[in-house]
Amino acid sequence: MNNIKNAILGLFCSVLMVPAAYAGTLDTVKDQGFFNCGVSQGVPGFSNPDENGNWSGIDVDVCRAVSAAIFGDADKVKYVPLTAKERFTALQAGEIDVLSRNTTWTLSRDAQIGLEFAGVNFYDGQGFMVRKDSGITSAMELDGASVCTNLGTTTELNMADFFRANSMAYEPVVFEKADEVVNAYDEGRCDTYTTDKSGLAAQRTKLADPDAHVVLPETISKEPLGPVVREGDGDWADVVRWSLNAMIEAEEFGLTNSNVKTTCAMTSNPVVARLCGKEGGTGAGLNLGDSWSYDIVSKVGNYGDVYEKHVGENTPVGLARAGSPNASYKNGGVLYAPPAR
Amino acid sequence: MRPSKFSNFIFNRNVQGTFYQAITLSLVILGVYYIVQNTAENMMARGLASGFHFLGVESQFDIGMTLIEYSPTSTYFDAFIVGLLNTLLVAGIGIFFATIVGFAFGIMRLSSNWLIAKIAETYIEVIRNIPLLLQIFFWYFAVLRALPKPKQSIEFVDSVFLNNRGLFLPDPNFGEGSSVIFYLFWITIIISISIFIWSKRRQNRTGITFPAFYVSAALIVGVFFAALTATGFPVSFDIPELKGFNYKGGMRLIPELVALTFALSMYTAAFIAEVVRAGIMAVSKGQTEAARSVGLKEGLVLRLIIIPQALRVIVPPLTNQYLNLTKNSSLAAAIAYPDLVLVFAGTALMQTGQAIEIIGMVMGVYLFLSLFTSIIMNLFNRIMKVGER
Repeated sequence: MNNIKNAILGLFCSVLMVPAAYAGTLDTVKDQGFFNCGVSQGVPGFSNPDENGNWSGIDVDVCRAVSAAIFGDADKVKYVPLTAKERFTALQAGEIDVLSRNTTWTLSRDAQIGLEFAGVNFYDGQGFMVRKDSGITSAMELDGASVCTNLGTTTELNMADFFRANSMAYEPVVFEKADEVVNAYDEGRCDTYTTDKSGLAAQRTKLADPDAHVVLPETISKEPLGPVVREGDGDWADVVRWSLNAMIEAEEFGLTNSNVKTTCAMTSNPVVARLCGKEGGTGAGLNLGDSWSYDIVSKVGNYGDVYEKHVGENTPVGLARAGSPNASYKNGGVLYAPPAR
Repeated sequence: MRPSKFSNFIFNRNVQGTFYQAITLSLVILGVYYIVQNTAENMMARGLASGFHFLGVESQFDIGMTLIEYSPTSTYFDAFIVGLLNTLLVAGIGIFFATIVGFAFGIMRLSSNWLIAKIAETYIEVIRNIPLLLQIFFWYFAVLRALPKPKQSIEFVDSVFLNNRGLFLPDPNFGEGSSVIFYLFWITIIISISIFIWSKRRQNRTGITFPAFYVSAALIVGVFFAALTATGFPVSFDIPELKGFNYKGGMRLIPELVALTFALSMYTAAFIAEVVRAGIMAVSKGQTEAARSVGLKEGLVLRLIIIPQALRVIVPPLTNQYLNLTKNSSLAAAIAYPDLVLVFAGTALMQTGQAIEIIGMVMGVYLFLSLFTSIIMNLFNRIMKVGER
C-alpha cells in the first residue's frame, strides 16, 4: 500500500514541483549545499547502513565522489533508501537527484522512462544460489524448481528468458522487499534464489548459515549497474558521469587514496597533473572547481580503493576482482574510462 | 429608505449560494485542468511515453499462480486479468470464511456460558488490535517454518500432500458419462428447493412441519452416489507426484494464498463479530421473551426471531467490512501472492514505466469492486427489509 501511496505522491510531485528543478540540478544542489542520493534498503558492499545510520558501499561512494567533486567534501549527501519498485518514480519526481542503487542499464529504461544512465560502476550478471545439500551443481538442473526473487527488477525477465530458452518449468515466487526474499528462501519456500551475482554474494551474508549455500557457476544475463539521473539535465548528468570516470582513470594512472598527496606534489606526468587539478582547467567545463578530481581521489579514493574496501576479497561479500569484468582494462577487464581532458 | 433592486439581488441568499458554488466549481475545474496539463507537459519533457498501447505487448515475465492460461508471451493485458482474478479469488474466499467465523464469534460473545463468551472476547480483542500486515507476515512465516520440505511431505491416504510448497490435492478428471451425474445433481437440487417451498406453504396452512432439510440432503447425496455407481464411476483422479523439486499434477494451493486468506478472514472476522453482536443487541429484549413465551426452542428463537431482525442493523456495516477485506487484499504483495497490485502495479509497472496509466487502472478496479459489492449488499438489504414492522 505504502508503495502505491509513494507512487501516487511521486506522480503529483512530479507534476507540481519539478518545473523548479529544471532550472538546473547542479545550481540547485550548489545553492542548498547537499543533494539526495537514492540507495538500496541494505545490500552489504553496495549500499548498506551501519548501526549508526552511516551509509557505505561502492554505490554510496559514487554519490560521495559526486559530493566531493562539487563541495570538496564527500559527506554533503542525504541518502534515501528505496525499494526496487520505488526508485525510478522517486528520481522522476525529483525526490532524489542521483539514483545509485545497483540499477541495470537497459534500453527500455534509458529510452522510455525518462532516465539517463551516467555510466557503469559494476559489471554484474544474474546467477542462482542453492543449498549445498541439494546437490545441484548447475543451473541447468533447476527444472521444476521454485525460484525466489525480487519485484521490479530485470531479474524477473531474465529468469523467464532463461527457463523458456532451456524449456524448463519453474515457479516464480516474487517478493516486494529483499529481506522477505532472503527470509522465504532461508525458510525453504524456494529451491533457489536468483538475482545479480553480486547481490547473491551480499545477501548470502544475511542467511542463517551462509556456508550452507553456494552460488552456481552460470551467469544468465548481462547486468551493467550504474548511477542514473533524470533525463533532460545534461550538465548534472556530466558531473555524475565524470565523477565516476575520474575514479576509474585515477586508478589507471596509479593515483590512489593513500598516495594522492605526495604524487600530486611531485608529478611530471601531464595526465596525472590534470587529475590533480594542477593543469588543464578541467573543472570549468563541468562548472566545478579545478580540484574536483583531486578531491574525489583524496576524499573517496579511486575505483580500486573503493572496490577492495567494500566488495573485495577481504570483505564479507568477497568478490574477487582479478579475472572479472570489473578489473581495469589494463588487467584484462572491461573497466575503461574516457580521458578526463 | 427602501433597499435598491441591486442590493436586493446581492444579498439574496439563493444568489449568494449559487455564486459561491460557481466559484468553488470553477476552482476545482481549474485545478484539475492544471494538473492534467502539467502532467502531460512534464511527461513530454522527460520523454515519458503515455497511452495504453503497452497492454497489447508481450509481458515477458512469468506469474507464479494463474487461473487462466498465461506465459511470458502473453500480453500485459493478460497479466492484468491474471492479477485481477487472483485478487477476486482471495477476496471471495476471504469474505466467505470471514462471514462464517465472524457470525460464530459474534454469537459466542453473547453466550451466557462464561467460558465461551470469554474465548470470543479474547479472540476479538487480540486479533483486531494487531496490524494486519504483521498478522500476514506471522501466518506466512509461521506456516512456512512449521511445514516440512517436499521430500518429507505430510501425506494423507497417499493422495493429499502437505509441505512448504503448498497443499497438493488430487484433481478430478471427469470422463464419459459424468455429464449425466451433473444433470442429476442439478435436478435433485431443484427438487429440494421445491420441497422447501412446499413444506413451508403446508406449514403456513396446516401447521404440520416436514423435515425438509434432512429429506433433501438425503436425496441429493443418495442420488449422487447412485448415479456414480450406475455410470461405472467415470471420475478419475490426477494424483500429485513428487518429481524433482516439487509435486507435479493434481491441484495445488500455494502457501501464500493460504496464509493471506487465513490472515484476512481471521482479521475481518473479528470486526464482523462485533458488528453481529451490535446487531443482535439492537433487537429489543421483548422479542426474545415473546418468542420464548410462545414456546420456541433457543435455536429457533435465534434463527426465526432475532437474526432476521438483527440483519437489518448488521448488513450496512457488514458491507464496509467486505469492502475493507477486498482492499486489504492488496497487502498480498508483501508475501509474494501474485495479486493485482504485485503483478500489475508492481512488475508490469516496473517493466513499462507507465505509472499513471497502470495506477489509474488499478485504482479503477478497486473502485469498481467496492461499488459493485455495495450494490449487491444494498440489494440484499432491501430484500431483508421487506415485511418489516
